[in-house]
Parts: sequence; structure tokens; C-alpha cells
Amino acid sequence: MSDEYTPENPAPDGEYDAWLDAVAADEGYYLACDEGHGWLPPRRVCPRCGGDLHEESLPETGEVATFTVVHVPTPSFAAEAPYATVVAEFGAVRLTGVARTFEGLAVGDTVAPAVGEREEGDRLLLLEPV
Amino acid sequence: MDRAPPRVAGVGLTHFGVHPERTGRDLFAEAAATAFEDAGVPRADVDGVYYGNFMGELTEHQGHQAPLMAEAAGLTCPATRYENACASSGVAVREAVRTVRNGEADVLLVGGAERMNNVGTAGSTEGLAVAADDLFEVRAGVTFPGAYALMARAYFDEFGGSREALAHIAVKNHDNALDNEFAQFRQAIDVETAVEAPPIAEPLHLYDSCPITDGASAFLLVSEAYAAEHDLDAAVSVTGTGQGGDHLALQDRADLAFTPATEAAAGEAFADAGIERDAVAFAEVHDCFTIAEVLALEGLGFYDRGAAIDAARAGETTRDGDLPVNLSGGLKAKGHPVGATGAAQVVEATRLLRGDHPNSDAVDGDVGVTHNAGGTVASAVVHVLEVDA
Ligand SMILES: [Zn+2]
Repeated sequence: MSDEYTPENPAPDGEYDAWLDAVAADEGYYLACDEGHGWLPPRRVCPRCGGDLHEESLPETGEVATFTVVHVPTPSFAAEAPYATVVAEFGAVRLTGVARTFEGLAVGDTVAPAVGEREEGDRLLLLEPV
Repeated sequence: MDRAPPRVAGVGLTHFGVHPERTGRDLFAEAAATAFEDAGVPRADVDGVYYGNFMGELTEHQGHQAPLMAEAAGLTCPATRYENACASSGVAVREAVRTVRNGEADVLLVGGAERMNNVGTAGSTEGLAVAADDLFEVRAGVTFPGAYALMARAYFDEFGGSREALAHIAVKNHDNALDNEFAQFRQAIDVETAVEAPPIAEPLHLYDSCPITDGASAFLLVSEAYAAEHDLDAAVSVTGTGQGGDHLALQDRADLAFTPATEAAAGEAFADAGIERDAVAFAEVHDCFTIAEVLALEGLGFYDRGAAIDAARAGETTRDGDLPVNLSGGLKAKGHPVGATGAAQVVEATRLLRGDHPNSDAVDGDVGVTHNAGGTVASAVVHVLEVDA
């Protein structure tokens, strides 16, 4: 990757990129405080209680909390549409990702996280039904 | 300290609609000129401009808009832009109210503008999505309608509800816009049309969504003392203001089918005004999507959780109901030029209370409420307006 910024080659996003790398390697994690509130990086402090954060392993599967099938995407997702955006519960944390397979998808279904490539080059979080 | 509620001395709106050839500065200049004419306040008396705009960098390649807009309004006084997504000018209103009430200014020009149609559907979809969390939502394909669709499905899952119930909200707000000369959509629709329209982000379809709108809003906010001294005809006061906040990303919220930011803003605003909810004669709420009106009415405390979904179908929020909602047509039919919206709600509520709005005959009382939300309600601003009885 060239270090020159262009809209197609945006600046790296540090801990977010590292988190995606970990999910891609099946070593997903989230951040938790001592009260058990869960968050995603980059965070330095729990937004709910102000407590310190440490890493915890992300559960291997999550449960669909809500989803939508998007027919009118942003330009950068034009090649994906229609797709489902899914919010799923993974224990103390929720993840938002794309399900490319969504026929018959329902709230409560089980999904697993993975990292996919987009035609435009960006990576994206996938939450596909298992 | 002068703690008397500030007064709305004069109001102005442009037509809300499709004006891709008009610049933001031209739109705001028109709204401001109307407000000055309505108020009869000399420009030399203005102490500051409080201006809302969301996506000017993306659509007009224009940051630092506040002094530009002051200039367009014929002013060179201090001017500040407020950006809180769709709540941008609602926040500008709140800061203006506090400033006048604290005795730090006597006359402020308050308003907002947004230009969206010049970048087309793709450009405005991209621009609106920026109000969500870039890392954890936008990169997961979240669009503005998509985010509200996530909340709609969560609501249906928790409380029940149907697309037909949402369609009644769209039908109501289109009906309310029929006589509003400033509204983008002035045609009636029926429930069947709304239900059968193409999907945008399921379960939300075309008529569940507000349009892409260009427009501007402006009003002059003056201290009670200034209004008295200059013998202004300014019967409407802003008697309460409140603001609430929440996590930016939906995934981080405690609840996907309730908006605590609205609840907090409403609690603060009603207490500030010293009124009970049953004193409210009408509400202008942030209905960027039909489900947003439901969430607003529950967050404002007019309905218990899960109960507002059928309010329009039951006729409770229609113009002849107990609590008419969005008599202007709302964002749904009047249109949603993002940065202009919060101040436009105050303009519409003022006209409804003064009696010079085409739907003023539906108002039975002296108190109106405005509710302006940012993004998926990570920000909410509520104002209480009262007219001298
Ligand atoms: Zn915590």
C-alpha cells in the first residue's frame, strides 16, 4: 500500500485494522471493563462507567438482534446490493456487519463473523448465517 | 440576570424541495430576509448568528459557513456554525435560547441550510451515512434509511407493529403538507400506495422515507426586554430547552427500539418550561422515517413504549386528534434539508401558535413542542414554545 492518501487509498485506522486482522484470523476480541460492559476498539475507557478496559475473546457465534435488507446503498456498496446489514449480539458486545446470504434470515438466527473483501478494495465485516 | 424566556420576533423559510441550481448561501439569504421582514428588526441590532449545517463540505465544498451565511443575510457580526447531523440547527436554536436567556445577547439570527440535490441520490446517501459511526457502521454498509430500518425491525420484534401502521404515519404527514406552501410534497397518498412502494432498506419502503431536500430556515430570537422596548409583535416565547445524548453507533446502545436521548431532552425541556405533557397542544417531531415518529412520541413521553405505532392509524395524532403531530407535513412530506430542519420546526411551530399557519385551526391550546434528532438519535433537542394567551 502506498502511503499517499487518496479516497481509494485512505489512511490506515490503527486499532480498527488490527481488530479486523484478528477477526480474519479467528482471534476476534472485544474490550471489557470490570463491570462487564463490552466495547470495540479503539477505546481507552468504558463509556458507561469510566473503568479501564482489557481484551476478552469474542464468542465464535452471535445471535441476530436486528437486520435490514438494503436496496439503495451508498456508492461504495453499489456492487454489494442487495445485502443485509446485521446487528448481532456476541455476549457483552454487539457487532454490525454484512450478510451476503440473507434469504429467510430472522431475528434470533446464529451468525459467525468473518472478514470479506469488497470489489472496491476495502475489507468489510461479514456476519453470515451458520 | 434576565431569565425571561426569549421571544421569536420573525420567521422565514424557503420552499423546501429540489433546487439543485441554488447555492446554500442564496437559500439562507432568502430565509433570513423573510425573517427580518416579518420581525421588523433592523439588521444593525443583531448580536450574532447561530447557524446549522451538516454536509456542506461534501455537497458544496464549503466549510466555515457561518460567516458566509451571516454575510448572505446582510450581517458581519459574530457567527458560528453548529453541526450535529440532522440536529444541527436544533442545537443552534438551543444555544441561541440559552445565550439570550443568560442576558448575553438581545437579538440573534438563528437558522440553518442544506443543499443536497446537486449531488444526486448517490451523493446524498453517502453524505447522510457519514452521520453514523464510520468504522463500525458505514463500513458495514449502514445507510441512513438502513439504520432506521434496523431500529424498525427491532421495534417490530419487541412490540409488534406492521408496515401498514407505518403507512398511516406517511399518509397523515402527506395530508398535513397539502396546504403548506413551503412543503416539498403536496400530494395526498393512500395506505395501499405506501405499502406497495419499492423497498429502500427493509422493512422501510419509499414512502417511509423523507425526501432529499434543499432549503433554509431562519428566525430572529430576541430578549423579552428588547421585544418590550421596541414594541415588537412577538407573541411566541421559547419557554423550555433540553438536549440529550447517546452512543453514536446503534450497536453500542442499551436498547435498539427506544431513544433515551429524546427522553432526556424532553425531560429537561418540559421541566425547564414548567409544563406537564397534557398541556401540549401539538408536536413537530423528527420523522425522517415513519418509525422515527413512533420512537419520538415514545421518547417524548406522549406514549408508553410500544404504544405509539398505532397512534396515526387510530387518529390520535392526525389533525383532528388529541395530539396533532407534524402539522407542517413533517420531514416526511415538508422535506428534510438536514441542517435547516431543527430551526424550521421552530418556524412552523411559531406560525401554528400565532395563527398564521394554514393548519393553525387544528391547534387547540397555547403550547407546542419541537423535537429534532441527529443521526439515529445519538443527539436529540427538544423545545417548548408558548404563545401569549
Ligand atoms: Zn464499564
